[in-house]
Amino acid sequence: MHALWGILAGLCLVGTVLFLRFYIVLRNGSDCKPGRKGCVSLLVVAGSGGHTAEILRLVASLSQSYSPRHYVLADTDRMSEEKIHTFESSREEKSVFTIHRIPRSREVRQSWSSSVISTLYALLYSIPLVFRLRPDVVLCNGPGTCVPLCAGGLLLGVLGVKRVLIVYVESICRVESLSLSGKLLYPVADYFFVQWENLKAKYPRSIYLGRIV
Amino acid sequence: MMKTVFVTVGSTRFDELIESVTSEEAVEALVKRGYSRLVLQVGHGLLLPCPDSCPGLTVKTFRFKNSILDELRQADLVISHAGAGSCLEALGVQKSLLVVINDRLMDNHQLELAWKLNTENHLLYCSCSTLAMTLATMDFSVLIPFLPGQPQNFAKFMDTVLGLD
Repeated sequence: MHALWGILAGLCLVGTVLFLRFYIVLRNGSDCKPGRKGCVSLLVVAGSGGHTAEILRLVASLSQSYSPRHYVLADTDRMSEEKIHTFESSREEKSVFTIHRIPRSREVRQSWSSSVISTLYALLYSIPLVFRLRPDVVLCNGPGTCVPLCAGGLLLGVLGVKRVLIVYVESICRVESLSLSGKLLYPVADYFFVQWENLKAKYPRSIYLGRIV
Repeated sequence: MMKTVFVTVGSTRFDELIESVTSEEAVEALVKRGYSRLVLQVGHGLLLPCPDSCPGLTVKTFRFKNSILDELRQADLVISHAGAGSCLEALGVQKSLLVVINDRLMDNHQLELAWKLNTENHLLYCSCSTLAMTLATMDFSVLIPFLPGQPQNFAKFMDTVLGLD
């Protein structure tokens, strides 16, 4: 019986410590300036179709200092890899980029309950990948795949390995409400962009710079 | 120069739109406005109009292409489903755009964007039942050009907050 209480107390302690770490990590995002070392390594989450087109427009605007660039896409996505290759070879200065695949966490119109299971499955692949790549910034814009990858980035921070900044840009298609990924990541993203003024009013922590794609 | 109308239904199907745009009244309205060529992207639709099915218009029909950008560029008028991708692509090449909403997909969040772009006067908006009338009476001169987004503002912001400047 005493052992049980001991385990329980231990778990509570670990939980409290992790929660405090989580809280501290979330609060110090604006102090984190990875650019001071001269370059920013980027993990870009590509979705299918429109998501990929939008995120590539954002990456195109970033300078060569954002290097290396690691693209992660869902393994059922056929089109994005070709688009990424075309995009990278069209850039004036060539730089290092890599492409990685993880299981898709949620198909369009997939049910909630099975989404939870497939997201957990995607998490199994995402966490080791993020731990291996150790990016300065995770840049994403809403495909379901980005949730487990951002979770991996947060975990690196909570464990004190590396503070990974999460930059989320809500798709221009979202006018009145956030996407599911947006709702999940709004509380934890370091920089959360929306592209319509009414969303900025509903979500005061978000950043509105007009249309950016 | 042949004036061309390009109709696109995106990645799914929208037979009602194809049916409405090839109806007698719609074709008449298009011919009256000086259009002579009708290009239809029908996706997975069941309706595949013949080349000579619309008096006064030559009709070309296809299901899918890797990119519809060439068709958009050649068009003088684009009639599209409300999909965000199609709307943004058509506006991106500065075409007059008439969006036809699918009443059966009212809860589709993709409609949000078409509706918003309509309230900001970047496109015209109708349903299948009002398409022929809209084609007869529409006035694109009231629309405001849709300016491309400014990703450089995003880049500038990120450089500052990440300490790259």
